[in-house]
Amino acid sequence: MADEYGRKWDRCLADTALKTVTGLGVGIVFSVLLFKRRTWPVSLGSGFGLGMGYANCQHDFRSPYLIHGHMVKVNQIQYTVLCRPA
Amino acid sequence: MLRVCLRGANATARRNCGRTPLTNLQHCRHYTAGETSGGAAKVVAAGLVTVGGGIGGAILYAKWDHKFRAAVEKNVPYSDWLLGLALGPASQDGGFPVKTQMEIAQPPSMMEKQMKTSKAKPEKKVKEAAESPAKETGPVPAQPAQSLEEASAEATHIISAISEVPSVPAPCDTEAAAVKEECKETAAVQPDTESPAAAEPIKERPVEEVAARLAQQDQEEQDIVASISASLEESLASSAKATLQAIGAQEAALQAITRHTHKLKEAMEAEEKSAQWKDLEAALADRTGAVDDAGAALLKANEALDSLKSVIDKSKGLKASAVRPLVLAAEENLHNMVVDLDKVVTKVQSAESEAKIVSQYSELVNEAKQQFQREVSSLTPEIQANWKGLTGKLSVDDLNALIAHAHRRIDQLNRELAEQRVREQIHIDAALEQQKLEDQKALEKAVNTSLQHFKEEARLEQERKLSELREVMEAEMRTQLRRQAAAHTDHVQDVLKVQDQELRAEAEQVLSSKMLEQETCYRQLSQEQLDNFTLDMNTAYARLKGMEEAIDSHVVAEEQARKAHQLWLSVEALSYTLKTADADSPTVPLESAAQVVRDSCGDSDFALALASALPEQSLQRGVYSEASLRARFNSLRSLVRRVALIDESHNSLYQYFLSYLQAVLLFEAKQEAPPAHLSSEDLDPFKLLSYASYCLEHGDLELAAKLVNQLRGEARRVVEDWLTEARLTLETRQVISLLSAYANAVGLGTTQAP
Repeated sequence: MADEYGRKWDRCLADTALKTVTGLGVGIVFSVLLFKRRTWPVSLGSGFGLGMGYANCQHDFRSPYLIHGHMVKVNQIQYTVLCRPA
Repeated sequence: MLRVCLRGANATARRNCGRTPLTNLQHCRHYTAGETSGGAAKVVAAGLVTVGGGIGGAILYAKWDHKFRAAVEKNVPYSDWLLGLALGPASQDGGFPVKTQMEIAQPPSMMEKQMKTSKAKPEKKVKEAAESPAKETGPVPAQPAQSLEEASAEATHIISAISEVPSVPAPCDTEAAAVKEECKETAAVQPDTESPAAAEPIKERPVEEVAARLAQQDQEEQDIVASISASLEESLASSAKATLQAIGAQEAALQAITRHTHKLKEAMEAEEKSAQWKDLEAALADRTGAVDDAGAALLKANEALDSLKSVIDKSKGLKASAVRPLVLAAEENLHNMVVDLDKVVTKVQSAESEAKIVSQYSELVNEAKQQFQREVSSLTPEIQANWKGLTGKLSVDDLNALIAHAHRRIDQLNRELAEQRVREQIHIDAALEQQKLEDQKALEKAVNTSLQHFKEEARLEQERKLSELREVMEAEMRTQLRRQAAAHTDHVQDVLKVQDQELRAEAEQVLSSKMLEQETCYRQLSQEQLDNFTLDMNTAYARLKGMEEAIDSHVVAEEQARKAHQLWLSVEALSYTLKTADADSPTVPLESAAQVVRDSCGDSDFALALASALPEQSLQRGVYSEASLRARFNSLRSLVRRVALIDESHNSLYQYFLSYLQAVLLFEAKQEAPPAHLSSEDLDPFKLLSYASYCLEHGDLELAAKLVNQLRGEARRVVEDWLTEARLTLETRQVISLLSAYANAVGLGTTQAP
C-alpha cells in the first residue's frame, strides 16, 4: 500500500500538470483568438486546469478503493496490472 | 410641693388611665367571656340533654324490642354492660331451651321411677289377693283344677321360651302401659322431687341387668300367677261348693214344695183327717224349712259367686297374660254355676207359684168350709163340729131349719152361680189379664235372665276365642323367635367359619413369610460365598490382564515414542525452513515441510489441526523474516508520518498538505518503550510508530503488530500490507512453536525416564 500511495501521488501530479498545461494552452489559444492577447484567459485556463487537476487528485485520494483501469492493447502481451485494493 | 403633688397626681392619673382601659377591657372581656361562657354552658347543657335522652330512649326501646337490644349490644362495645345494669340480663330466649331440656329430661326419669313404683304395686295386689277372705280348701273341683294346671303349665312353657330367647330391653312397656294412668296422678305429686333428678340421662341397661330384670319379672309373674291361681282355685272351690249346696237346697226345696202341694191337693180332695192335716203341716213345715234352707244356701252361693267374681276381676286387673286362661276358666265356671243356680231358682219359683195357687184354692175351700160351719153353728148353736155324725140326733125343726137354710143356701148359691156365670167372662178376662201381666212379668224376667245368660255366654265365648287367638299368636311368636334364634345361630356359625378361614390364612401367611425369610437368608449366604470366589477370580484375572496391558502399553508407548520423534524431527525441519528467509525475499514455501509434518503427526488430531492451521500464503509463498519486516517498517515509517493527519473522512488535498507539514515539523522519539496500558493519547500515530519500532528493535513483532494495528485512516491503509505480512509471519511462527511444543511434550511424555 505504500507503493500505491506513491503511485497515486505520481498520477495525481502528472494529471494536474497535464491539466494545467492543457488549460494554459487553451487559455493562450483563447486569449490569442478571442480576447485580444489579454492575460486573463491564460490564467483562467491554467487555473481551470489546475483546479481540475486538484479536484481529480482530491477525488482520487478520497476514494482509495476505486480501481483505476488500464487500457491493455491486445497485440501486446502484458501482465495485467491489478491495483490491489487497500 | 404642689408640683410634686401634681406630678404624682398626673402620674397616678396616667397610671389609672393606663389601668382603666385594661380593666375596661377586662370587664368587657369578662362580660363577653361571661356571655360566651353562658352560651357555651347552654350548648353543653343542650348536648348533655340530647345525649342522655338518646341513651334513655335507646334503653327503653331495647327493653321493649330484644332484637334492637341484641343489635346494639353487638355493635356498641360496652352497651351490653350498660343494658345489663339498666334492664337486667337479656337471656330470655336462651331460657326456653333450658326449660324444654328440663321438661324432656323429666319424663324418662319419671318413667323409671314409675316403673319402680309399679313393680311394688302388683306385689301389693298379689298380697291383697292372697289376703282375700280365706275360704276352706276343700275338695277342688276337677275341671277348674285341670284347666288351672294346664294354664300354669302353659305359662311356665311360655316363660321358659321367653328366657331362652334374649329379648331387647324394653320391659317397661308392658308395665308402663298399665301404669300410665298412675303416671298422671303421681306426676302432679312429684314434680318437685323429679326436677333435681332431671339431669340424669337414660342409659341403655347392660345385658346382665336386663337378664336379671327379666328373671325378676318372670319370677314375679310366676308368683302372681301362682297366687292368683291359688286364690282362684280357692274361691272357685268354695263357690262351687256353695253353689252345689244351693242347688241341692233348691232341689230339696222344690221337692218339698211339690210334696206339699201334692199333699195339699190330696188333703183338699180327701176327707178331713187329722193325720193328713198333720202330714200337711209337717209338709208345710218341711217346705218352709227347705225354702229357708234354700234361701240361705242361695244367699251363700251368691256371696261365694260374688267373691269369686271379685277375685276374678282383681286378677283381671293385674293383666298378667299367663293368668288369662285361668281367669277365663274361672269365669266360665262362674257363669255355669250362675246359670244352674238361676235355672233351679226359676224352677223353685214356678213350683212356688203353683203352690201358691193351690194354697189359695185350699184357703178358699177352707174359708168356705169355715163359713158353712159358722152358718151351721149359727143355725144350730148346740151342734158343734162333726155334724155329719149327728144325723139321728137332730130334731125336726132343726132339720127343717137346716133344710130351709139349705134351700136358701142353695138358692143363694144358684143365684151366685148365675151371677158367676154371667160374670164368668169378665172374671175370666180379668184373670186372663192378670195372668197375662204375670206372664209378661215372668217372661220379662225370664227374657232378662236368659239375655244376661246369653250375654255372659257370648262374652265368655269371646274371651275364649280371644285366649285361643292369643295362644295361637303366642305360638306363632315363639316359632318366629325360634326362627330368629336359628338364623342367629346360623349367622354366628357363618361368622365363625369366616373367622376361622381368616385366621388360617393369617397363620399360613406368617408361616410362608418366615419360610421365605429363611430361604432368602440361605440364598444370601450362598450368594456371598459365590461372590467372594468370583471376586478373587476377578482380581486374579484383572491382574493378568493388567500385566498384559502393561506389556502392550509398553509396545504402544514405544511406537508412540517413535512417532513422536518423527514428529519432532519434522517440526524441527519446518522451523528450520523459517530461517531460510533472506533479507527481502520470503522463505521457501513451507508446503513440503508441512506435508511432512502432517504425515508424521499420524493420529494426533491436535497436531493435524495445527498442521492444517498453517496459513495458505505461508505454504505457497513462504513468509518473510522478521528482519525484512523490520526493514520494511523503517521505510514505511516516513510514509506513515506523512499521512498521519488523514483519517477516514473526506480529506482534501489541503489536509494532505497539512499532514505533510506536520510530519516535517513534528519530531518524535525514534524508539520509545510502550507502556503496559495504552491510553487514548498513546494512540497518536507518531507515538505508536515509536513504540512499534522500539518493539521491533527488541524483537517483539507481535506487540509491534498490535501497536501498528492501532493506526487509523490513511496511515492504516498504508501499513496494511506490512501488517498482513507481519500477521502471516506471526501465525506461522505460532503454529510452528505450538507444534514444536507439542512434539516436545509428546516426546517428553513418551521417553522413558532413566
